Amino acid sequence: MQTEEMRLDGNAAGGALREVFAQEMTAALATCTGCGTIRPVGALLEYGHRMGVVLRCPACEAPVLRIVRTPGWLRVDASGISFLTIPGEPDEATREGRRV
Amino acid sequence: MPPQLAWRVATVLDVHDETPRARTLVLEVSPWPGHRPGQHVDVRLVAEDGYQAQRSYSIASTPEEATVALTVERLEDGEVSPYLCDVLRAGDGLELRGPIGGYFVWTLDQGGPLLLVGGGSGIVPLMAMLRHHARADAAVRARLPVRLIYSARSQDVVIYREELERLDHRPEVEVTLTLTREAPTSWSGYRRRIDREILDAVSWPPSEMPQAFVCGPTALVESMATLLVELGHDPACVRTERFGPTG
Repeated sequence: MQTEEMRLDGNAAGGALREVFAQEMTAALATCTGCGTIRPVGALLEYGHRMGVVLRCPACEAPVLRIVRTPGWLRVDASGISFLTIPGEPDEATREGRRV
Repeated sequence: MPPQLAWRVATVLDVHDETPRARTLVLEVSPWPGHRPGQHVDVRLVAEDGYQAQRSYSIASTPEEATVALTVERLEDGEVSPYLCDVLRAGDGLELRGPIGGYFVWTLDQGGPLLLVGGGSGIVPLMAMLRHHARADAAVRARLPVRLIYSARSQDVVIYREELERLDHRPEVEVTLTLTREAPTSWSGYRRRIDREILDAVSWPPSEMPQAFVCGPTALVESMATLLVELGHDPACVRTERFGPTG
């Protein structure tokens, strides 16, 4: 079976992302260090493995975020993110005038 | 929103089969902060030897309900789904954490029209969105029409079939089913994978600027998302959730 068929996306890493960032992250916009494109974290490609999560840029395949759990430690390599824009709570967005 | 996502034990209130392969679990999760349609929970099973298996399952119920429903499809060689579909029963506990998700979510205030494209068990989070929409009052629903395109292998594995037929009768909802492997001789609908021709016929044109949500097997999600963007939809309005090779 092709690896491509098996891949998931940042949505599947939502729980792990909450552990690292202490807030919901799938709607955050991440700028890829490799190619500069900006995407919601939920739209990054996930190649999961037993010990953790690797999120890759759909445009250039570079690893954007790696989270590995080892006993007693959570190891994070966020060097693939050059910039991150994290939205506020949905309530705040509505108050700021998002169109209904 | 509480910063830490704690594992806690939910109580199974009821289980019922949707199809020969899919079962809905109705859970009491207390306390539950509420959720948004499209979100999921992580479920964890721990064996006697300490081995842990964890999977994510989309929430099928709407935020307006007091209980939380998950619809789980049994995967033949699954580590978790056979237990959830065959063994778990009312009164049992189930360890989970959630709700999780902020990208693949839709609530009424995000507007529409709404385009939902699903394959296999990908219908589950889309159904939460559709059920949430169905609870709005008529004036809101009229301003916010929904078109759902659902691809399943055969009629007997169409999840929520009767409910979808009922919702399809509403003027603001259109449900298109396509059966990809086998169909009854009486079937007058589509008999192939969703393609450009089907999208042209039954989805929203880009000029309507729909909010699109695509969920199901990875191959379907990627081909549909690519196609929608090729047809002219704004990529920022096409949100995807991949379920992996099966579903």
